[in-house]
Amino acid sequence: MAKPKCKELIINRDWCKGCGICIHFCPTNVLEMDDEDKSVAMRIEDCICCKLCELRCPDLAIDVVAEPKEKETEN
Amino acid sequence: MEDKNYIRERFFPHIWCPGCGHGIVLNNLLRAIEQLKLKKNEIVMTSGIGCSSRISGYVDFHTLHTIHGRALAFATGVKLSRPELKLIVPMGDGDALAIGGNHFIHAARRNIDITAIIMNNRIYGMTGGQFSPLSGYGTRATTAPYTNIDHDFDVVELAKAAGASFVARTTTYHVKEMADILKQAILHKGFSAVEVMSQCPTYFGRKNRLGDAVDMMEHYKNSTVRVGSKKIEKNPDLIERGVFVEKESPEYCSEYDKIIQKAMGTSA
Amino acid sequence: MSNNIKFLQGNEACAEGALYAGLDFFSGYPITPSTEIAEHLSINLPKVGGKYLQMEDEIGAMCAIIGASLTGHKVMTATSGPGFSLKQEAIGYAVMAEIPCVVVNVQRGGPSTGNPTHVSQGDVNQARWGTHGDHSIITLTASNHQDVFAMTVEAFNLAETYRTPVILLFDEVVGHMREKLVMPEQDEIPLVGRLRTDCKEGVDYHPYLPREDGRLPMSDFGGSHRYNVTGLYHDMWGFPTDKPEAVRELCRHLVDKIENNVHSITRFKEYYLDDARTIFISYGSAARPTLHMVESRRRRGERLGLLELQTLWPFPAGLIREKCADARYIVVVEMNMGQIVREVKMAVKSPENVFLANRIDGELITPVDIRKFLRIIQGKGA
Ligand SMILES: Cc1ncc(C[n+]2csc(CCOP(=O)(O)OP(=O)(O)O)c2C)c(N)n1
Ligand code: SF4
Ligand code: SF4
Ligand code: SF4
Repeated sequence: MAKPKCKELIINRDWCKGCGICIHFCPTNVLEMDDEDKSVAMRIEDCICCKLCELRCPDLAIDVVAEPKEKETEN
Repeated sequence: MEDKNYIRERFFPHIWCPGCGHGIVLNNLLRAIEQLKLKKNEIVMTSGIGCSSRISGYVDFHTLHTIHGRALAFATGVKLSRPELKLIVPMGDGDALAIGGNHFIHAARRNIDITAIIMNNRIYGMTGGQFSPLSGYGTRATTAPYTNIDHDFDVVELAKAAGASFVARTTTYHVKEMADILKQAILHKGFSAVEVMSQCPTYFGRKNRLGDAVDMMEHYKNSTVRVGSKKIEKNPDLIERGVFVEKESPEYCSEYDKIIQKAMGTSA
Repeated sequence: MSNNIKFLQGNEACAEGALYAGLDFFSGYPITPSTEIAEHLSINLPKVGGKYLQMEDEIGAMCAIIGASLTGHKVMTATSGPGFSLKQEAIGYAVMAEIPCVVVNVQRGGPSTGNPTHVSQGDVNQARWGTHGDHSIITLTASNHQDVFAMTVEAFNLAETYRTPVILLFDEVVGHMREKLVMPEQDEIPLVGRLRTDCKEGVDYHPYLPREDGRLPMSDFGGSHRYNVTGLYHDMWGFPTDKPEAVRELCRHLVDKIENNVHSITRFKEYYLDDARTIFISYGSAARPTLHMVESRRRRGERLGLLELQTLWPFPAGLIREKCADARYIVVVEMNMGQIVREVKMAVKSPENVFLANRIDGELITPVDIRKFLRIIQGKGA
């Protein structure tokens, strides 16, 4: 089965308080803090869609949108 | 994100400090409720007073924001008067176990079908960092400037002894586990007590030089183990997480229904 | 007819009145001299499908009835002095969140554990001012079982009408005394039910927006409107606010909804006031010996009268001013150090004509006691 891929990683900048939790615990180092102390997805291609950042964000500021699953090939 | 259906978005961003664990509890409680596909109208969230108790303002259920320590007593009235509703009662550690300790043990003893969530940050957050009954010996707080000589107690042991029929512990680091446990707790018929270790970087963290929210969550990762883990033999200081009690026992509202039948003379 | 006559305690008459009013949820914690109310209801509530809940303390009981009121039930708790003190914070919550509920305090001697099995009327001001902050509150009382029953029904009616806690301030003598009660027929006393919103599901419902007539329709928890209930100052949806204007408005509303309706809330009884030169003002068990004294001295031609208050708060100052306009002496008979007498002094034109006749030793004041006071007041010696 194909690994899920991230289509979009939405960070609500109005809600993000720059705590750094998502950045620190991302297993593939996708996120970074910008100059305004907001989290941004810098390397979205590395994202494995584990959604841990979304689940751990205390401010409900992250939405990880997965690529729709590829149709399983018929055999 | 589907769980956004369950919040009152107009009040966001919420009032909690950056990195406050209470937000992570909110986040995963919503996911648990979403996964259970509960209807908003069947949930009543009752809370007391504290940073943690502000959670009820943010969710789109029937919400009852009460007075310090008494959330479970209000919830008992709601539940017994309308047993088909699901009662979720998030509380701070001071709220649940200092001023509200009596209501906590008695709600557990009655085994009334309420889900109690103790958002344990080991401090009085809302009033600015005084020690709580969960701070523990040797910690520091604004009212323990020379270190705290008050001993803490173990929420899980307390809930067990008081008769809760579902008892669990998790942390804000272990988010998937948290959502799973909360789902089980909500589905459980009887009193459920779930302790969530939840960081207060602003007061407990700062006063005790524990670093920021990230450091405190790293600590939850490293200082806890799944219940029954062998690691605890080598390191007894590790704190166990998971479900400690899950048992069937007579639930209060169902028992009262039997009383009504007896009183009406309709019981067999 | 004889079927409808019962011989019982005042506490039982209160419980019966509550059942008549539609009580279906009671929560309490045992305390003398109120306990019989809980006992009676633990037997009789489940017979009608209602619920009796014994909580771990009086605070919990007060909180539990507020929760049950929110799901649409008629609720009550009952206690005495120390328990009434414990309930005060939650009573304030019910005031602020505008939750209908009835709180019975069968008074005993205080302060503290005081004189548990003896009579007192020392909690009159506590009923008014016991919880912190500006607010107003309704307090009713009664001197005999028929009135205990009727005032209990009134308490439920007023709680629903004004969306507020109502205090029933009885006392040990009335609570424990046994006498006759003629049970009113069904529909004999009108009942006020819960006023529920007619907002349809999906329409924005405002739990804290008064209608033109001042009443606030409610929506049961578990129903189709989800809103917030809080003890903080709040907006018309129930969400916390500290905007000065909103705070001022709500504070005014909580006081005005009661103080502007003193007339409709006032219940009283009057005896021989038409030609009375000396008017006694009394309430609760103290009104019984007062009436006895008034009637026996009337037979000897003394122009005495009695105004028995059943509504203590909001204080019926206008009524007192009117009824006492021509009185030479106004004597307040109460079993405390003088709680209602102060209000009476403030209400009348000539406070120097107002006197206190009291007893504070845990015994019911007697007609002889009152007569002695009267002679002193009239300058005739004891
Ligand atoms: C009767 C009463 N006593 C004290 C307070 C003040 N007070 C408000 S919140 C709080 C403690 C909050 O701590 P906790 O319950 O642990 O929750 P947290 O804020 O840490 O989430 C206190 C003491 C109050 N509101 N009411
Ligand atoms: S966890 Fe949330 S609030 Fe914290 S930095 Fe990341 S997006 Fe911002
Ligand atoms: S979903 Fe997982 S991998 Fe992707 S950014 Fe979030 S934490 Fe990193
Ligand atoms: S003070 Fe502590 S508990 Fe309160 S919001 Fe801030 S971090 Fe959270």
